[in-house]
Amino acid sequence: MAEILKYDRVDIAYNGRRVVTGVSFDLQPGEILGIVGESGSGKSTVIKAAMGLLGPSGTVTRGDIWYKGKDLPDLSPAEMRRLNGPELGMIFQSAGASFCPIRTVGAQLYESMTEHESVTKADFTHRACELLQKIGFEDGMRILNSYPFELSGGMQQRVGIAAAMLMNPSVLFADEPTSALDVSVQKQVVEEMLLVRESFGTSIVIVTHNIGVIGAMADNVLVMKDGQMVEYGETRQVLDDPREDYTRTLMAAVPRLRRD
Amino acid sequence: MTPTVRKPKIIKNSVRTRLIVFGILAVLLVICSLLSDHLTPYDPYLQDLSNAKAAPSQQHVFGTDRYGRDMLSRVIVGSRTSIFSTLLLVAIITAVGTVIGVFCGWHGKKIDTVLMRISDMFLAFPGLVFALAVAGVLGGGLHNAIFALAAISWPKYARIARSQTLAQKETPYLRAARLSGSGTVKMLAKHVLPNIIGPILVTSMLDIGTMMMELAGLSFLGLGAKPPIAEWGSMMSENRALFTTVPWITLAPGLAIFISVMIFNLLGDTVRDYADPRTRGR
Amino acid sequence: MQPILKVENLTKVFKSNGRPDFTAVDHIGFELMPGECLGLIGESGSGKSTVANLITRLTDLSAGRVVLDGQDISSLSGRGLRDAYRKMQMVFQTPTESFDPRRRLGDGIGESLRNFGNCRAEVKERVAELLVQCGLTPDFAEHYPHQVSGGQCQRAAIARAIAIEPRLLICDEATSALDVTIQKEVIQLFGRLREQLHLSILFICHDIALVQQFCDRVLVMYKGKIVEEGVPDEVIQAPRNEYTKRLIESIL
Repeated sequence: MAEILKYDRVDIAYNGRRVVTGVSFDLQPGEILGIVGESGSGKSTVIKAAMGLLGPSGTVTRGDIWYKGKDLPDLSPAEMRRLNGPELGMIFQSAGASFCPIRTVGAQLYESMTEHESVTKADFTHRACELLQKIGFEDGMRILNSYPFELSGGMQQRVGIAAAMLMNPSVLFADEPTSALDVSVQKQVVEEMLLVRESFGTSIVIVTHNIGVIGAMADNVLVMKDGQMVEYGETRQVLDDPREDYTRTLMAAVPRLRRD
Repeated sequence: MTPTVRKPKIIKNSVRTRLIVFGILAVLLVICSLLSDHLTPYDPYLQDLSNAKAAPSQQHVFGTDRYGRDMLSRVIVGSRTSIFSTLLLVAIITAVGTVIGVFCGWHGKKIDTVLMRISDMFLAFPGLVFALAVAGVLGGGLHNAIFALAAISWPKYARIARSQTLAQKETPYLRAARLSGSGTVKMLAKHVLPNIIGPILVTSMLDIGTMMMELAGLSFLGLGAKPPIAEWGSMMSENRALFTTVPWITLAPGLAIFISVMIFNLLGDTVRDYADPRTRGR
Repeated sequence: MQPILKVENLTKVFKSNGRPDFTAVDHIGFELMPGECLGLIGESGSGKSTVANLITRLTDLSAGRVVLDGQDISSLSGRGLRDAYRKMQMVFQTPTESFDPRRRLGDGIGESLRNFGNCRAEVKERVAELLVQCGLTPDFAEHYPHQVSGGQCQRAAIARAIAIEPRLLICDEATSALDVTIQKEVIQLFGRLREQLHLSILFICHDIALVQQFCDRVLVMYKGKIVEEGVPDEVIQAPRNEYTKRLIESIL
C-alpha cells in the first residue's frame, strides 16, 4: 500500500540553528505513529513542520515532506491553509484554550467548517451530531449548545478531536493530546482516537512523552533524542525489546504499575 | 532522489538597537536641559524691544518674542523646567503608586478595599478639572500643577503594583522564601519589588510623554509655570495672541514639546518591547 | 513512637462571592511516622496540593489541627511559624519557578541558612556542600534558574529544602514536570537523602506507579476526602474503594 505521508531526511532549523536532523518515516493510511522523546528532543517540531506551524523563524532546511504528491515545505501559506483542516487535522495539548470562551462550541465548529466548505447550518448540525455520536458522545446536541467552560478538561479535549474530525482529514496530528489530563480521562481520549481510526480510517501521528499512551494506541514508534531519530519500528518491539541503549534507558525509567 | 535544500530564515533582533538609539536621544535631551545655561546663544531673559517679533533669521533661528527675547534660547532654557518637572512628576506618581499598590496587594482585606475605592474616585475625576480646582484652592504655579497632576495620576500605578503583587504572592519562589523563614519586609524587598518593578517602570516611561503634555497644557492655561520663567507650555500661551500676525512665534516651543514627547514615547515603547521576553527575541 | 506529623480533622473551605462554598479538603486526618515515606495520590482537584499548603501553613486552615513533632502549629504565626519551618520543608512541582528569576540559585539555597543566623562565609561553604550532596557541582550556586535544566533546577530546589536539615520533607508533585529519565534520577536522590538524613517524606503525586515504587504507605484522595489507605502493593492489587478501583483500571 502506498504511504499517505512521507518524511524524507528532514532537517529543521530555527533562526539558522538546527534542531531536527535527518528525520525519515512513512505513514500508511490508517496507521498510528507515535513520536516519543524527552523535552528538547524536537518531537513537536517534527509535526509542526508538516502543518506549516514552525513560525516566522523556523524552516525545513533540508529534506521533503510528501503528502499526496505535494512537498509540504514548499507550499505557500495560502496553499497550506487550504490543506490544514480538510486534509491535515490537528489536536493540541489543551483544546479548551483554542476555543473562544464566550461562544458556544457549536457556533465555533460551524464557523471553522464554513472556512473550508459551504454548508448550511442544518446540514452542519446533522453531521456534527452524527460524528459526536460515532466517537462516543450520547447527546451531541447538548455538546454543541454548551460553552467551553461548561465542559470538563477531558470533554474539551474530546470535543477538540471531534472538531478536527468534522472535516474528515486523512491525517490527524496530535501534539501531547493527553498530557494535561488526569489518568482516568487520558484513557477516554486514547479510546476516542482509536475509534476515530476505526470509523474513518484516519492516519494519526501522535507526539507524546507518555510511553503508556504510545503502548496503548500506536502501531509504530519513532524515538527521538536531541533532534535525531534514535529508533524507529513496530511499537511492541521498540517498547519491549529496544535495540538502542537510549531507548532501553528511557523504557527503564518509566514507572510501571506492578499489578500481579 | 536527493533531498531538497532550503535557505534558513533568520530574523534579526532589532529591539536592542532601537533601545540604544532612543536611549541615547533621551539622555541627550536630559543633558541638554542640564547644560541649558551654557548652550543658549543669547540671554533668554534679555529684552530688546527694538528687535521684537523678529522673523526667523540667521541671528535668531526661531525669531524673537514680543519683548525681543531670542526664542531658541528661551526654548533651551525652558527645557530644564519642562523636562525636570515632568521627570519629577513621574517619579512621584511611580513611587507613591507603587508603595500604595504593593501595600494593598500584600495586605489585602479591608484596607485594600478602602484604598482601591479611593483610587477609583481619583480615576473618575477629569484631570484638568481637578487641576483647576487645586489651582483655585492653592493658587497657580508649577509646584501646585505638579501636585494636582500627581494626585490624579498615582492610581494607575497603584493598580499595576497591586495586581503584580497579588500575582507574586502566588509564585512558588515566594512560598519557598516564606518556608526559608524570611519575614515580610525581607520578602517584599528581596523578591516582590525587584520582580514587579519592570512593568511599572515601563509604564512610567510611557507616561513621560503624556505627563509632559499635561504639564504644558496646564501651563498653557496659566495654571503652571508663571512668567517670566521659560516653560514650553506657558511660552506658547504667552504668544498665543500673536499667532495670527507672527505665526512662527509658537513654532519653537511647539516643536520642542513634539520632539521630546515623541522621543520619550518611542523610548517607552522600546523599553516595553525589551522588557517582554516574548518580543525580545524578535 | 511519636509521629513526626499528625493531622487531625484538617479542613479547607474556599469561600467566594456569589458561588457556593467549595470544600477542597474535607475533615481529613493521618499520621506520618519518623523515617516513613507516605504517598498521597489523587487526580487534579482532589485537594492533595491544598493539603500540602495547609500543613506548611502557606494557606490558612478552616478547621483542624496540624501537629509537627509534638507541637501544634495550626495557630502559629510570625516567629513561631518560622521556627517550625526548621523542621519542615517543601519541594515544589515547577523547579524553575520555585527560584526567584532575578537571583542566583545559591542565594535561594542559602536563604534559610542566612535567616537562621549563619554568617556569609558559612552559608557559602554549606551551599557548596549541599549542591554536591544533591548531585550538582558548587558552581551551580552562581547560575540563574533559567540557565539550568529542569532536572538540575529541581536538584537545587532539593538542596534548598534540606539546607536547614528538616525532619519532614513535603514533595508536592516534585517530579511531575521532569522527563522520565530525570525523574528516575531525582527519585534515587530522594531515596539516598532519606537514608542519610533520616527524613520523613510526604510524597504528593498523581503517578500511582511512582508511588508504588517509592512509598511505604499510600493515601488516596478524592473530592477532598481520604477514600483509601494502605500499603501501595495491597491498595493497587486489591482496591477496596470504588474510586480507587476505577483509578487503577484506567492506567495505561
